[in-house]
Amino acid sequence: MSMRKVAVVGAGMTKFVRRALETGKELSWQATSMALESCELTMDDIEGVCLGTAPDAFDGVHMKGEYLSDGAGAWRKPYMRSYVGGGTGVFVPIQGWYHVASGMFDVVLVVAEEKMSSYYPHAQGAFLTIFDHTTERPLKPNLLWIFALEMNRYMQTYGISKKDIAQVAVKNKRNAADHPSALLGDSDITVEDVLNSEVLAWPVNRLDVSPVSDGAVALVLAAEHVAKRITDKPVWIEGVGWNLDTAYWTNRDLAYPRYVEYAARMAYDMAGIKEPRKQINIVEPYDPFDYKELHHLEGLLLADRGQAPQLVADGITLRNGDMPVCPSGGLLGVGNPIAAAGLMKVAELYWQLRGEAGARQVPGQPKRGLAQAWGDLMQVGTVVIMGR
Amino acid sequence: MSDKVTNYPGTSLTEKDIVDGNVLSIHDEMQGDFSWDTGIAIGRYLAGFKEGVILGSHCTHCRKTVVPPRIVCEWCFRPMDRFLPLGDTGTVNTFSLCYVTWDVQRIKEPETPAVIEIDGASPLHGIMHKLGEVDPQQISIGMRIKAVWKPADEREGAITDILYFKPTKE
Repeated sequence: MSMRKVAVVGAGMTKFVRRALETGKELSWQATSMALESCELTMDDIEGVCLGTAPDAFDGVHMKGEYLSDGAGAWRKPYMRSYVGGGTGVFVPIQGWYHVASGMFDVVLVVAEEKMSSYYPHAQGAFLTIFDHTTERPLKPNLLWIFALEMNRYMQTYGISKKDIAQVAVKNKRNAADHPSALLGDSDITVEDVLNSEVLAWPVNRLDVSPVSDGAVALVLAAEHVAKRITDKPVWIEGVGWNLDTAYWTNRDLAYPRYVEYAARMAYDMAGIKEPRKQINIVEPYDPFDYKELHHLEGLLLADRGQAPQLVADGITLRNGDMPVCPSGGLLGVGNPIAAAGLMKVAELYWQLRGEAGARQVPGQPKRGLAQAWGDLMQVGTVVIMGR
Repeated sequence: MSDKVTNYPGTSLTEKDIVDGNVLSIHDEMQGDFSWDTGIAIGRYLAGFKEGVILGSHCTHCRKTVVPPRIVCEWCFRPMDRFLPLGDTGTVNTFSLCYVTWDVQRIKEPETPAVIEIDGASPLHGIMHKLGEVDPQQISIGMRIKAVWKPADEREGAITDILYFKPTKE
């Protein structure tokens, strides 16, 4: 395949908050202008715009892509919104990547926005229509069921305890205490705090779950010859992968995310990675619930099946461990404005690999990182590998 | 966030700001009415419920029996060969005890959703339903269960024709 090299050359993000004063358009503009400012480009340099945002139902707005277009800088430019549920935030930079890799564009903007607070009384209601209208919705399911069911199956299959899993929430919320835009950073949180928090849908407690949030993130992507003129520290997109499993989620092995493995293998192949556990220095797997970080590390082939909790217990996934996982603080700590949360992970790799992550900086001058998101009806995996 | 940034955009509000009118907001309710066609496979599935039967479909090529039934096999993308009745018994694949409603209101007695592997379907193939006639604290993965049906004259061809699944003594 003849594809051009693509680099990330700029990034910006708003604070992730429970409810933002700003509209989705305004949040998009704030993140976008930060990203442009970070690489000293203007809208005139941008040839196309890729936007990611999750269900229209959150906002009660039809065709949210069009609604957000002015804030995302899409006016009079080639523009497209992509949407693969929770996987959107890591899919939209893939969309940006093939815009540039194909040779069609030299510089594109990638924007991810979510405003979940508009839905009343709670954003969970917007998720009710993910269930099949004929065979499932008459049972009046809620979104927590699906996670609780998967978490329980994962725990039972491998003999994993709630305490093993709670360590992930503690690590990520502690990491987020060093993130200036985080919603739920807490440097003092303990495993007992998580285990003693309210039971929502056993085995899921309140502190096992990431918070509903508003926020936006933006990246600037450029082809090699342009990237080298813009910055002396481009961060290359070395591999991308995405994959979908069956929509009949009750016909699936809930203990292992095979679709994440397939997405990861696609990205590893493209990046020429043979031994991911040695070659990936930082991991930002999708962590809307604490067990998902572990589930995803296994699907990404970065831990043996059922063994991811041991990596956490041994301190390997700490920011100064051998394989830091969610040094940003993840969705559990920074917040979970769906599409923006996924792109935040890619932005974090950008800042980490450039050595400008401040208090969150992973030691040892990491060379390569992986970001992953997951979504739709628990069945889509999206993976981006970046290196310097 | 980059350490070169010193200004962090985004302004946090609380619910109180809305209630107290510190900021203006517009409230609206949208209504959506739909009538969904069941299609071929799910139409048969629902008709089966009326007869007290859980229906699956079988692909001879892939030797797979799936539930809910469908007309195409995802594995080989050929038409499914036939619909067939499965057991109304099965095994708890996983379950939850849910103490909140969809709008995060608290409830005292937990709801008990489960993924139920249906006897006669391929391994790990099941449906979502609820468990009943059981102490929630006694539910376990691997538990054998059986459908409790509405009386025949009250069934309407819906997933709710099965009230819940209850443990069986085996």
